Amino acid sequence: MSTDPTNPHRPDLLRRRLLMGMAAAPFMGLAARSAFAQAPATAAVNTTGLAVTDTEVTVGILHSVTGTMAISETGSVQAEKLAIEQINAMGGVLGRKIKIIQEDGASDWPNFAEKAKKLLVNDKCASVFGCWTSASRKAVLPVFEQYNGMLYYPTFYEGLEQSKNVIYTGQEATQQIIAGLDWVNKTKGAKTFYLLGSDYIWPRTSNKIARKHIEGHLAGGKVVGEEYFPLGHTQFNSVINKIKLVKPDVIYAIIVGGSNVAFYKQLKAAGIDLSKQTLLTISVTEDEIDGIGGENIAGAFACMKYFQSLDNPNNKAFVEAFHKMWGDKTVIGDVTQAAYLGPWLWKYTVEKAGSFDIDKVAAASPGVEFKGAPEGYVRIHENHHLWSKTRVGKARADGQYDVIYETADLVEPDPFPKGYQ
Amino acid sequence: MFEGYSLGDLASIFVMQGFAGLILFSVFVLMALGLAIIFGQMGVINMAHGEFMILGAYVTWMCSQIFQNYIPALFPIYFFVAMALAFVASGALGMLVEWALIRHLYKRPLDTLLATWGLSLILQQVYRSVFGPREVGVDLPSWMMGSLQLTDTIEVQINGLFVMSLTVVITVVVAFLMFRSGWGRQVRAVVQNRVMAGAVGIDTEKVDRLTFGIGCGIAGVAGSAFTMIGSTGPTAGQLYIVDTFLVVVFGGAQSLLGTILSAFTISQAQSTMEFFLSGSIAKVLTLLGVVGILMLRPQGLFVLKIRR
Repeated sequence: MSTDPTNPHRPDLLRRRLLMGMAAAPFMGLAARSAFAQAPATAAVNTTGLAVTDTEVTVGILHSVTGTMAISETGSVQAEKLAIEQINAMGGVLGRKIKIIQEDGASDWPNFAEKAKKLLVNDKCASVFGCWTSASRKAVLPVFEQYNGMLYYPTFYEGLEQSKNVIYTGQEATQQIIAGLDWVNKTKGAKTFYLLGSDYIWPRTSNKIARKHIEGHLAGGKVVGEEYFPLGHTQFNSVINKIKLVKPDVIYAIIVGGSNVAFYKQLKAAGIDLSKQTLLTISVTEDEIDGIGGENIAGAFACMKYFQSLDNPNNKAFVEAFHKMWGDKTVIGDVTQAAYLGPWLWKYTVEKAGSFDIDKVAAASPGVEFKGAPEGYVRIHENHHLWSKTRVGKARADGQYDVIYETADLVEPDPFPKGYQ
Repeated sequence: MFEGYSLGDLASIFVMQGFAGLILFSVFVLMALGLAIIFGQMGVINMAHGEFMILGAYVTWMCSQIFQNYIPALFPIYFFVAMALAFVASGALGMLVEWALIRHLYKRPLDTLLATWGLSLILQQVYRSVFGPREVGVDLPSWMMGSLQLTDTIEVQINGLFVMSLTVVITVVVAFLMFRSGWGRQVRAVVQNRVMAGAVGIDTEKVDRLTFGIGCGIAGVAGSAFTMIGSTGPTAGQLYIVDTFLVVVFGGAQSLLGTILSAFTISQAQSTMEFFLSGSIAKVLTLLGVVGILMLRPQGLFVLKIRR
């Protein structure tokens, strides 16, 4: 019964993968040999003593696979392993196969810092893909800066941070928020907003940006309520009554974790019909809908950069490969896709720099692009965040989103937005 | 905050708000009853209470899957089957735990805290390994969703009504068992004086096991009911444990009536303050109030006189 969802060697998947592997075997040998022939000498690509040999390069994966955050971080681990497997099948990075060392953050922030130190100091990882919550990122940041490591961080987050040692593959707050508010203002004529959030840094910072934008940039925009709930709060009937009383044009919800499920179930039970009441969220991906239940949230709008239903060839191939590796029922949310970008961006950056050295990788990062990104196309900005499009999806009862809007151009990441602090 | 509203609007909001308070009250009672029996009557500080609830929730989820896939005709009534099975599953696990772990610790009540906390971690990881780390969505039959339109502006949630009636039924059953049945008499005797109860021929071990099992079984039913309003995941039990202990301790651990009254006080205070202030502040003020009152009355609202 016990199957670890982050272990690709589950017996049920093994057979299919063996067959795949056998079919590909003759070509793999060719690819590996030719790649190896071009591989530059280790001494040239690794001058700082990272775990790079003539045939292998070691990277770390640092997520919570136990504890409360396992709910969210499992998808990221799966995506990173998929990307690494695909890169290895293509011959690896600079002719070297990627070897993974996985550590469990166990939903405990000091533990994240300890494991990060282990990955950098003991294992000499050339890069680390990991962290999910801002709290865990804040905990490992000094470690990565002190020991000069490279972290690829997948989650959409509040911004107000930039580091030489981190590449942020998710959106920072302004990228995610502003386009969505503009869209709801234009297409729905929305003027009054009720802001809700779980009580910690990301929802509070995001709502602060939302409030500034609503009051300063939207014609007639007005915030008619702003409220926060402790993490794990499960009773929303009082605030739902308040919402019924003030009748806002838009409910703007940034509620996370188990509270999310309670909120949408109670909203539905209270008779708030999301086909009539506009609700815009930036915290519900397909992953969360799994727990909420599609019928409880159908009709709500979510604003982020990726939806599983996105219609483009890159995404079709990605979804297919993901399902092949992890089972057909696994859903793919925004952060899972962003986690998938990490290993690829690192590969391209290393190849651009011609070296695994952290300083060279950090310096080469700006301008690196990934044309095969499932979300379409991304490019790393000077500030180590990604240029990306922002999209609005409408939740369907089957737990997927219909993409109904996307920005015409890539949105510039702006982690320290002027006039929004 | 009320300018610009008609009297009728306000009246209906207050009716619905009163109803919201009652739902919260029922939820609290349902959460706390099982713990009140275990903590109050047996003195076992059961930190794994939330995990027993989540076992009930997972049983409900499995039932919903089975009914949907194999006997869709009976899907509208699966919830009742699920609740019964949840009671049996959590109760059985409770009795097993009592036999394997708790009975060795009756003389060391503080150690039960540590042991059951460890148990809760083990159970969480078991759920994670068996059901996966992601939350599962429990499908409800359509008649249990939505709300009843009483007037134009007053709506009451059907699942709220369901939780309320369930709470009433379970409370009545527990009260009957406790105060009218032979088992209840034995439990009360053991609580008052374990040695003497044993001396007059009560099998205290059997009473303990049954009591623990029933407490856990009720937790399972509560967990089953909460799939309607909350999330079902490996660690969802942690969402309830603080409130549960708050209600039981505030009420005076040994008194079932105290548990009910304390659930009422806390839920009304919280839901009213949530309406006029905000979610986080309401929680802070509620906790401060409870701390203040417990400083004045460390034994809680109600105290039973027992011989130690």
